[in-house]
Amino acid sequence: MNHLPLSKKEIKEMLKTIGVESVEDLFKSIPEKIKLKHELKIPGPLSEPELINYFENLASKNKSTEFLSFLGAGAYPHLIPYIVDYLSQRGEFLTPYTPYQPELSQGTLQITFEFQTLICQLTGMDVSNASLYDGSTAMVEAALMAWRIKNKPKILLSRTIHPEYREVAKTYFKNLNIELIEINYNQNGETDLNELKEKIDDKVAGIIIQSPNFFGIIEKIENISEIAHSFGAIMIVTIPEFLSLAILKPPGDCGVDIVAGEGQSFGLPLSFGGPYLGILACKSEFVRQMPGRIVGETQDMEGERGYVLTLSTREQHIRRERATSNICTNQAWCAIRATIYLSVMGKKGLREVAWQNIQKANYAKKELSKIDGINIKFNNYFFNEFVVEFEKDPEWINEELKKNGIIGGLCLKRYYPELENCMLLCITEIHKKNDIDKLAENLKNILVN
Amino acid sequence: MIKKEPLIFELSSEDKRAFQLPHLDVPAEKDILDKSIMREEIKGFPQLSENEIIRHFTRLSQMNYCVDIGLYPLGSCTMKYSPKINEKIALIPDFLNSHPYFPEELIQGNLEILKITEELLCEITGMDAFTLFPSAGAHGELTGMMIIRAYHDSKEERRKKVLIPDSAHGTNPASAHFSGYEIEEIPSNERGTVDVKKLKERINEDVAALMITNPNTLGVFEDEISEISEVLHSKGALLYMDGANLNALMGITRPREMGVDVIHLNLHKTFSTPHGGGGPGSGPVGVRDKLIDFLPIPRIEKKEGKYFLDYNRPKSIGRIRAFYGNFLVVIKALAYILSMGPEGLKRVSQIAVLNSNYIRKSLEKFYYLPYKSPTLHECVFSDKWQNEFGIKTLDIAKRLMDYGFHPPTIYFPLIVSGALMIEPTETESKQELDEFIQAMRKIAQEAKENPELLKSAPHKTPVRRLDEVRAARNLILKWSK
Repeated sequence: MNHLPLSKKEIKEMLKTIGVESVEDLFKSIPEKIKLKHELKIPGPLSEPELINYFENLASKNKSTEFLSFLGAGAYPHLIPYIVDYLSQRGEFLTPYTPYQPELSQGTLQITFEFQTLICQLTGMDVSNASLYDGSTAMVEAALMAWRIKNKPKILLSRTIHPEYREVAKTYFKNLNIELIEINYNQNGETDLNELKEKIDDKVAGIIIQSPNFFGIIEKIENISEIAHSFGAIMIVTIPEFLSLAILKPPGDCGVDIVAGEGQSFGLPLSFGGPYLGILACKSEFVRQMPGRIVGETQDMEGERGYVLTLSTREQHIRRERATSNICTNQAWCAIRATIYLSVMGKKGLREVAWQNIQKANYAKKELSKIDGINIKFNNYFFNEFVVEFEKDPEWINEELKKNGIIGGLCLKRYYPELENCMLLCITEIHKKNDIDKLAENLKNILVN
Repeated sequence: MIKKEPLIFELSSEDKRAFQLPHLDVPAEKDILDKSIMREEIKGFPQLSENEIIRHFTRLSQMNYCVDIGLYPLGSCTMKYSPKINEKIALIPDFLNSHPYFPEELIQGNLEILKITEELLCEITGMDAFTLFPSAGAHGELTGMMIIRAYHDSKEERRKKVLIPDSAHGTNPASAHFSGYEIEEIPSNERGTVDVKKLKERINEDVAALMITNPNTLGVFEDEISEISEVLHSKGALLYMDGANLNALMGITRPREMGVDVIHLNLHKTFSTPHGGGGPGSGPVGVRDKLIDFLPIPRIEKKEGKYFLDYNRPKSIGRIRAFYGNFLVVIKALAYILSMGPEGLKRVSQIAVLNSNYIRKSLEKFYYLPYKSPTLHECVFSDKWQNEFGIKTLDIAKRLMDYGFHPPTIYFPLIVSGALMIEPTETESKQELDEFIQAMRKIAQEAKENPELLKSAPHKTPVRRLDEVRAARNLILKWSK
């Protein structure tokens, strides 16, 4: 109880001030019959060294750092400059809450304003919010925006969207009578425009496309935007690998109305899937339908520039059930990390990181395509992930790789039964040429046997 | 104190850099991508050196108030101290570098952490099962309401309404709405608790659930909770508890004993994980037996000594976000629970309630207390007595900053006009509490003698009172040259 700072004497004095005999007297409003009769059956208290030991023991059961991994699929290993950790660990960033009182929160507010600006610069959108939980829930919130803006019952979404994102959408929309219609992909691994044209009608509120898509392929956003707009639908792009925007044409230049994405690549470790960073940006005409916190610039009573939470009449604490979303707490600290990361990488550095991803993934693709028994599944432009098809069972191949300290890619069979021999591989700037060569070498040996 | 800092974009100039990438060690190729799908440089993106970046963010950090600096008595937010060792534990590389799709045998430690935390939260609340995946309290509410809906649906009952007391957090009605429900408000009685008579009038087979916060947002324990639970259950409806205020109850009573069917907790409140300026949080949801089948996928199970992720749950509401929630936040909460132990957690609740009552008693002659019922971990005053001098809650809050404190939650709960909702938590010293009390008393006096001082507050902060109306009217949501 190292952080309970009252002495026995002080407790006595305080009880006297209140006018009760004991601390127990303060709980008289709780009926006796529901009071707990036993002590909680939980372990502890553990001292600091015991606590560290306890968790180090659990961590050692993971054994994951010993392996070379080629997993991506919505969670990407990237370099994190040390100063991202150094700065973000400051108590001034970790231990305030939502900046309800702007005069005492200018740090968080200005950084969030900078974050919103960086996201707008990357996406080419007019407005960004202060963050949402993660990429999957951001995509759902974007779809809900389209649903409210258009007041129409259907949402089209491509099957090349991350399968877990699509599952989350199903969970959310089930109770809201929103019809989700999936659009299949073609032999190039991109959304099938013919099927899209067949399925779209004037009941569609929005179309959601992922790019780079789940197979790593860069979708033809401009064409799809045109189709969406010709039917009066909102065009939404979801981007789990936001780093790609350092190289790829920004959605704002491709006719996109709303961008939802995952900012984990910007300074957040893999962390077994969370906390990550939901990103949501849109055209300015839709700002009043946006969920979540938004920071705006204003002035104080002396005319000095300052920042506040704004447009709060959209939010649950004012509008209650008529709010644009139920969200309250978001991922502010993760957005701070992303802002620091993007500042460190800067204009040139971020592009170099993205470029190394493309170069290394391309090198890996070339090396793997030389191996008998491996086929590059889709011939198309990709960012840092691509799909390979094996002549043998990819799960067996992964087991064999693991024996040599390698975690291969994600087997796609579970999500796409028709891709039963396929695996999604991810190469980023953290992979050295040697790592890629080691993967190729091992696959060669495995496939020969 | 730092008063001003330019935006990072205004500090930037061409050709500066703060990070050197390792040399590209594969043969570089041109024209990998078609020009038509590529962009030009990112216009306006910052370019600074490392030391400039350190200064920029350090200066900005100094414009933030935080728990590490002092009392942060936001009601219903439980701004307690976040133990530092828990941060270090969450940085262990085997947790940080763990990919969500690693093979199960390489994430046994992670799965064990999730399972142990679920079990400990079950013991603390008396619930039969927990999911740790909701990312924040409101996400937990949404998950909980979806579970309730799936439960009624499974019985082919199409219940349309959710009852919510008028003192509830705004997230409650919003979460119920996004689960497809209509909202009906239940008024509070003169004691500040749910009016059970009115509840009995409103309850029928169309009601899916009541969402209750206990202790409620006035800090008052809903002492008729058992009867409320019986009334609901007699019509087949469920009792949902918003666990935002669990910090008052640990080791003293449990939602199970109260007859609660579904609860969400906030690990960033009760279980000390840092609030991070507004997230990441974590909003685990606990349920009783009959609702376990509806919990989101995946579930963490154990077979032959090995943990695994179970997706074969046909009745589940489905997935509520990608992967497995805010895992690092869960680690910190588990570390907190283990470091406190059973006695420690009970002590936490006792001292949290003691501190709040000490503040209440010390201020009740200076500020109007609209509800006289006994309170637990928080108390709610109003600006009624200060209104006489033209002073509003906002003025009191802003003046408090000049005394070096973060203001309480203001203008909430909505049933109190001009509310000042104070939750000190257990991690404050008597000295800190006394200084806060002194400041509040002085402000009450200033309101009488020098109201202008309050109306023009704050005076000592990096910026003076900010014009929120202007921000909303003239939207500037990003920097431009």
